[in-house]
Amino acid sequence: MHEWALAEAVITAAQQIAEKEKLREVREVTVKIGELQQVEEDILRFALLQLKPASFKNAAFSIERSKTTLKCRVCENAWLFSKNKLDENTAEAIHFIPEVAHAYIKCPKCGSPDFEIAEGRGIWLDNIKGVR
Amino acid sequence: MDPRTTVINERLSRIGRIIAVSSGKGGVGKSLVATSLALTLSRRDCKVGLFDLDFTSPSTHLIMGVKNVQPEEDKGIVPPVVKNLAYMSLVHFSGDQATPLRGADVSNALIELLAVTQWGKLDFLVIDMPPGIGDAVLDLVRLVKRIEFLIVTTPSLLAFETVKKQVRLLQELKIPIIGLVENMKRDQTKDIKQETERLGVRFLAGIPFDPEVEEAIGDVTKLLDTTLAQRIRELAANKIT
Repeated sequence: MHEWALAEAVITAAQQIAEKEKLREVREVTVKIGELQQVEEDILRFALLQLKPASFKNAAFSIERSKTTLKCRVCENAWLFSKNKLDENTAEAIHFIPEVAHAYIKCPKCGSPDFEIAEGRGIWLDNIKGVR
Repeated sequence: MDPRTTVINERLSRIGRIIAVSSGKGGVGKSLVATSLALTLSRRDCKVGLFDLDFTSPSTHLIMGVKNVQPEEDKGIVPPVVKNLAYMSLVHFSGDQATPLRGADVSNALIELLAVTQWGKLDFLVIDMPPGIGDAVLDLVRLVKRIEFLIVTTPSLLAFETVKKQVRLLQELKIPIIGLVENMKRDQTKDIKQETERLGVRFLAGIPFDPEVEEAIGDVTKLLDTTLAQRIRELAANKIT
């Protein structure tokens, strides 16, 4: 239920935006989740629905997954992250703290651990829509 | 928008004081001071957390002889209790593997841990900082409203000159500095004490070079018997609690 803490962050951030934008009711919240963090979508959605405040009662939560692109800083090779190549413990460690990937993943071309998480790291509040 | 930063101060809201043990320079004994301080406070009937933020060179687990502990998941990550401390470190996730992280990765890992760690109610959270005034210091100052710094130096000019820069930075940012600890003193000179007071910072303790400390690594009972721990106990009793 690590997803619960992330859902709390999404709701808090969305509330802050709604307040700033003077939205009296939020209708749509779009969240992006990067593959690297392997967030369980069902648990995240359940937590978002449980945590939503009154001004979000008619809000639809849209969760979009994005592939993770890793890019080697040494040889510039770019590749897609795949959970399937990891053992269970490693996958779980990366699920908690995605940067731990640097301890376990190497560039498949040159073997360097010096890569950038170019896209699809973790959770991101992409958009909120509502009425003033 | 990165939503994680919005919950950090809520996560830390039930913690009495948040103390970052820090130094402009590496190798001055920050981790030993931080660990001894956390252990000492917990023995004064305080609820204490220890957070190792030195992601690339963590050492508090070695100092305490911690092996095979794992956090639990409960609406976030709950730190395991080690030697009566709520203990969080990246080694829970990286194990013995080297974890080479660049600045942006350090920030991201730090934000993640601050956002998802459920510390609960604590009297003190002691943070073992990485050396320098880089990402971890700047992120804590930016993200943690009630952060206070305890600065560690050695008598070496090389250490103290960088510490002076750190002190000036924190003073400019109006971040509270509890005071300065001089570690590994080899004589009774008061130069660092006077220089520290000239900076407008309280001199907390002078700790003599203590060869027993190296032998106490991995054994908390031995560590708490060292002169270092004794000085930290006096500091905790008179200047922290």
